[in-house]
Amino acid sequence: MLKDITLGQYFPGTTLAHRLDPRTKLLCVLCYIVAIFACHSVWGYGAVIVTLIVSAAVSRVGVKALFRGLRPVLFIVVFTAVLNLFYTPGETLWTWGVLRVTREGIRMSVAMVARIVLLITGTFLLTYTTSPIRLTDGLESLLSPLKKLRVPVHELAMMMSIALRFIPTLIEETDKIMSAQKARGADFESGGLIRRAKALLPLLVPLFISAFRRADELATAMECRCYHGGEGRTKLHVLRFAARDYLVFLLFLALAVGIVVFD
Amino acid sequence: MSTILQTENLTVTYPGGEDTAPTVALDGVTLSIERGSFVVVLGHNGSGKSTLAKTFNAVLLPGGGTVWVDGMDTKDEKLLLEIRRRIGMVFQNPDNQIVANVVEEDVAFAPENLGVPTEEIRQRVDDALEAVGMTEFTLHAPHLLSGGQKQRVAIAGVLAMLPECIVLDEATAMLDPRGRREVLNVIEGLHREKDITVVLITHHMNEAEHADRVIVMDDGHLAMDGTPREVFSRAEELEAMGLAVPDTVALLRELKAGGMDVPTDAVTVEDCAEAIVAALG
Repeated sequence: MLKDITLGQYFPGTTLAHRLDPRTKLLCVLCYIVAIFACHSVWGYGAVIVTLIVSAAVSRVGVKALFRGLRPVLFIVVFTAVLNLFYTPGETLWTWGVLRVTREGIRMSVAMVARIVLLITGTFLLTYTTSPIRLTDGLESLLSPLKKLRVPVHELAMMMSIALRFIPTLIEETDKIMSAQKARGADFESGGLIRRAKALLPLLVPLFISAFRRADELATAMECRCYHGGEGRTKLHVLRFAARDYLVFLLFLALAVGIVVFD
Repeated sequence: MSTILQTENLTVTYPGGEDTAPTVALDGVTLSIERGSFVVVLGHNGSGKSTLAKTFNAVLLPGGGTVWVDGMDTKDEKLLLEIRRRIGMVFQNPDNQIVANVVEEDVAFAPENLGVPTEEIRQRVDDALEAVGMTEFTLHAPHLLSGGQKQRVAIAGVLAMLPECIVLDEATAMLDPRGRREVLNVIEGLHREKDITVVLITHHMNEAEHADRVIVMDDGHLAMDGTPREVFSRAEELEAMGLAVPDTVALLRELKAGGMDVPTDAVTVEDCAEAIVAALG
């Protein structure tokens, strides 16, 4: 059951979006986010929505897959919509008891929902088309100027990639421990939320102990393979910007600048 | 023949807890391992064989005595990377030594650390994966491989350092018989074709049959040291240390006890079969 969990779902492919440098995609998402938060008019939103649709089409990600990413945040979307709908002061259109709907409220709630939906689907496009390892490489490379400020960029990227590497291993282990405890009468499925949370406690103890043991062994194995921090390290895959990277980035930059200046 | 690994009066003590006494894991071990040899180290749990392995590439420094790798003292911190590059180490649990989530990235980990130029890394990764027969899995995720395949990836990860010697610390202990066979075949191939020195630490007696030399550890001491024939002919002593002889030797001993005229020092299956055929006339 736990094996169904996927984090940062990646769909392998060979489209233009897949072949772009991860750094380009990260910068594009940044421009896209700036654009989302800077736009006010219908034209502004229209431009962002068109960008999203074109990007999704280029990445060959279907509408269904795109909106599936919204499911976990559905509650927040509805909550924001309702809150903005009833609590924005302005010209009253309709009242029922304490509830009051205003023209500004409708406007605001539509705008907020659009922003959240655009934000999440846009960033999901990034993880759909970029493997976690490329994403980490891209982040490390983009943040490398921060090394001068003594930010441990290499170490953070290493931690992230090791975490990604061990997610499936630890999930498998959790499954195993759960089965072992179920075989001895543990009950993970019945009772209320608190009862179920309590049932998980005996699961966490062996899981943590084993994770620490793994960490210790992994550290030794890494040292045995001459790991000594980020200094003097080379890479099997070196990130290189191609012409398409500059072109795509300029388009996104134009979107962000255009919306900030004109909208 | 030159010496690749040498220890002199090597002692390692693990500090004890509040109410436990310190444990002496290695107590004055002196041995030298020839370049290009295939050495199997046997011993029951707690005999000090894993501790011995860890001193070979400076993961563990000697408490007393000295370890030399190719003439380099492992206590010299400036030589650390060079020592670790020459002595590759493969551990028991394949899951806990694979760093990356793509096979090729994992094999590239050591050369990346050593600052090898990108084109050469590519070459080394491809060569190493070919040497362990895992080329078709270059772009796979390691957690989807079988135990034997994972361990072969781990061996490739070590091979990419171009080591002189590979130390396998119970590398087959967690594998099923098929996975164990895969790993042993790869190791034997590397020894034969690339002339890599192999130190295989194990408690499976049958893995010792193709070794040039067998070392038996007991209670932190070097208990026996010789060819497989020499060591396994001392069955009573081995049993006293809690070790069994290989199935082949055990069979021959029983036949002899039953009155058949067979030698009891044929270790490999082929030799054993020949000895029985000869006795049957």
